[in-house]
Amino acid sequence: MALIKTTIDGREVQVERDRWAIDVAREMGIDIPTLCHHPALEPYGACRLCVVEVTKGKWTWLTTSCDLPIREGLNIRTDTPAVIAARKMAIELLWAQAPDAVEVQALAKQLGMEKPRFAARAEAGKCILCGLCVRVCKAVLGQPAVGFSRRGVERDIGAPFDKPSDTCIGCGACVAVCPTGHITSVEDGPLWRLNTSKTEAELELAKCPECGRRFAPVKQIEFIRKTLSDKPERAVLDQICPACRKARTAAGLSESSRERRICLEK
Amino acid sequence: MIESVEKLHARQDSAREAFYPDKIRIGVGLGTCGLANGGGDVLNSIREEVEKQGLDFVVHGTGCVGFCEMEPLVDVLAPGLPRVFYHHMSPDKARELVASLADGDFRGDLALMRFDHDELLTSVERPLTGKLNGLANVSTLEQTPFYKSQMKIAIRNCGFVDPHNIEEYLATGGYSALAKTLTAMQPEEIIDCIEQSGLRGRGGGGFATGRKWRACRKAEGYPKYVLCNGDEGDPGAFMDRSIMEGNPHAVLEGMVIGAYAIGSNHGYIYVRLEYPLAINNLRVAIRQAEELGLLGENIMGTNFSFKVQISRGAGAFVCGESTALMASIEGFSGEPRAKHIHTSEKGLFGKPTNLNNVETWANVPVIIEKGADWFAGIGNESSKGTKVFSLVGKINNTGLVEVPMGTTLREIIFNIGGGVPGGRKFKAVQTGGPSGGCLPESQLDLPVDFEKLTEAGSMMGSGGMIVMDDRTCVVEVARYFTDFLRKESCGKCTACREGVLRMYEILEKITCGKASPQDVELLEEICVYVRDNSICGLGKSAPNPTLSTLKYFRDEYMAHVTGHKCPAGVCKALTTFEIDPEKCKACGLCAKACPTGAISGGKKKVPAKIDQDKCVKCGLCREVCKFEAVATT
Repeated sequence: MALIKTTIDGREVQVERDRWAIDVAREMGIDIPTLCHHPALEPYGACRLCVVEVTKGKWTWLTTSCDLPIREGLNIRTDTPAVIAARKMAIELLWAQAPDAVEVQALAKQLGMEKPRFAARAEAGKCILCGLCVRVCKAVLGQPAVGFSRRGVERDIGAPFDKPSDTCIGCGACVAVCPTGHITSVEDGPLWRLNTSKTEAELELAKCPECGRRFAPVKQIEFIRKTLSDKPERAVLDQICPACRKARTAAGLSESSRERRICLEK
Repeated sequence: MIESVEKLHARQDSAREAFYPDKIRIGVGLGTCGLANGGGDVLNSIREEVEKQGLDFVVHGTGCVGFCEMEPLVDVLAPGLPRVFYHHMSPDKARELVASLADGDFRGDLALMRFDHDELLTSVERPLTGKLNGLANVSTLEQTPFYKSQMKIAIRNCGFVDPHNIEEYLATGGYSALAKTLTAMQPEEIIDCIEQSGLRGRGGGGFATGRKWRACRKAEGYPKYVLCNGDEGDPGAFMDRSIMEGNPHAVLEGMVIGAYAIGSNHGYIYVRLEYPLAINNLRVAIRQAEELGLLGENIMGTNFSFKVQISRGAGAFVCGESTALMASIEGFSGEPRAKHIHTSEKGLFGKPTNLNNVETWANVPVIIEKGADWFAGIGNESSKGTKVFSLVGKINNTGLVEVPMGTTLREIIFNIGGGVPGGRKFKAVQTGGPSGGCLPESQLDLPVDFEKLTEAGSMMGSGGMIVMDDRTCVVEVARYFTDFLRKESCGKCTACREGVLRMYEILEKITCGKASPQDVELLEEICVYVRDNSICGLGKSAPNPTLSTLKYFRDEYMAHVTGHKCPAGVCKALTTFEIDPEKCKACGLCAKACPTGAISGGKKKVPAKIDQDKCVKCGLCREVCKFEAVATT
């Protein structure tokens, strides 16, 4: 890939064409806030916090850096008054939308804000509609179990028709990527529960055939087995709990080292 | 099948003979406006009467000729006589007209106007040899203010041809441009021609069409897609609908030419579901064009193939935005994405894609036929050709008008549109749909082109033009459109979803008289933020109604905020209706109109009086009063 030259905050860099500006800037040690970006996922540009000011030729404009592909001759600034003002307004709007999200509050305070000038939304909670759960679910499953519903101010995330999803395998990726803790999970005896404010998914946990402990949703194990159907040697390993898997691997290792010792002695 | 240029020309000639038959031909406007006004019943009554009397007349439906105010419209064409349009027809009037026509009486008394030459069609000469008789006093095209400064390119043929009959389009020279491009022009030459003509996107962006085509032609990847944007979502705009309904082949021909120039074999026309007639007429047109070999495999016997499909939108305003439209065609929900990577490189299904709007496509065949120089000679410095506007609101001549770029707003509103009805004063005009700006009287001499409208704080948009009189409150207008946009935002980005919501909340507060000057400042701050930080055109232009009214009508905002008054007497919380006993003639009209029975008196010379406890401030009394006796404070 050909290298091209671009300037970020006055420092010229040579990078591969079409890399995302946010990744390049962060590698240069420049801090850019964001709540909807994840390096493993395609950029989305929803939260508008990673905004930067770009100049090319006679044009200067504000744009998000997460979905800005680096091209030759861009002059990117991450610290102009317009950038700061835009970030402040974005976080202020998100704060009023999701007043319970402590991560948003922390970021707002970091930007020097004390409280939002807007009233909290009636249906306020923790969700900032960043779409990370929807995108990660799609990346894992192909056919996502969680999606957006309605539009505009009524936009919401959840399973279709706000009913527990049939496609959810309980992998917990949505819980892991959610930046504000809107989606949570809890182990409840034989069940694994995934919660948003509107929907709750209940998944049965499988028992480990070796130790009898419940360790992962049955559906998740089925999904992994199906996905790895071309690797039958892993089939047994995937059905036992991580602790037993470790023990079995360790035992296998010590077994093989014992055999090797006998071999050497001979 | 038409397999060669010669065969096309022969077919056009025979079609023209049928188009100008040696007998009387009656057309009935069956666009949505015509049908809504009873055009269907008029057509039936004409058919019945013709059959009953055993007359040898040709009767058919047409599209909308643009003068929607006058629907149902009927046009009559007799050999050697001008084409005559009759307005406000009813089934009875239509029967009467047919009976008179049978006796050779052309009923000048019922006529609206006459077209001495069908010059709106492409190059058709028809000598008038008949005696005018009763038609001599009917105003001609040149004498009709609504039409005389118009120039029809994109909406040519609309209201003249039967959209369900491809022969009629052929009769007007249709598909000649396609034949020319396929047999005598290289793809690059076509792009050069469009580029030289100066054609710019009519969907609102105003991007140079030739440049767009060239970028898509150069882009690597196959297949390439050619799309037509028929998702006309602006309230009060119906230019594209009228073209799709009344002259669908113009769009198809333009698309085939574009596809050949770009190197695409597959196209989609994205039409909103709320346009069932447009969808139907396009379907019929596609089928007929395919049957004649003008669309599909090996077009006109060449080795170029192009298939086109209709994709129906589900009614989201945001799907008029290019990337959202493509997501919708792909089967996903209509959400836009950032366009740092152009759709000409990665568009529909990640392939090079060229999207133009209905009106842009309809311009293409004419440019090819008449040449780039001819087209570039129309309009002004920066904007070439014509633009169709749908003129609605407080205007006498509601309808579709097509004028050369650079025509002033004054010319469009007062000369063509006939000004504001009821002797009221003009207050503002909103151009460019719900996210356009409101321009005041001081801007009326503005020549309408892409740059000038943007500089003035509005935009060309797709061509909606809503006229407002002095009984319109601009704050309420801004609130209304912001409410529309708040609901139509897809909700993807914070700037548009949350920002437009907050704009709406403050505007609502102002119209209720509960806002402070700080709120107005905050409103301006959010507007600028939303404009500069939204992903797509919907959000970027959503602040236009508010910003432009703040620019031109700031006093009116301040009257709401500091004076707690709505000068136009619209905002209910700030308005009290009272009847001036001096001016009241006790006619009783207001009392009759009042839905809550709040008005007493108004008869036997006792002036009417409003009971404030019962009054719901609907303003009906003020609407009906002929003596300006109802005042607002």
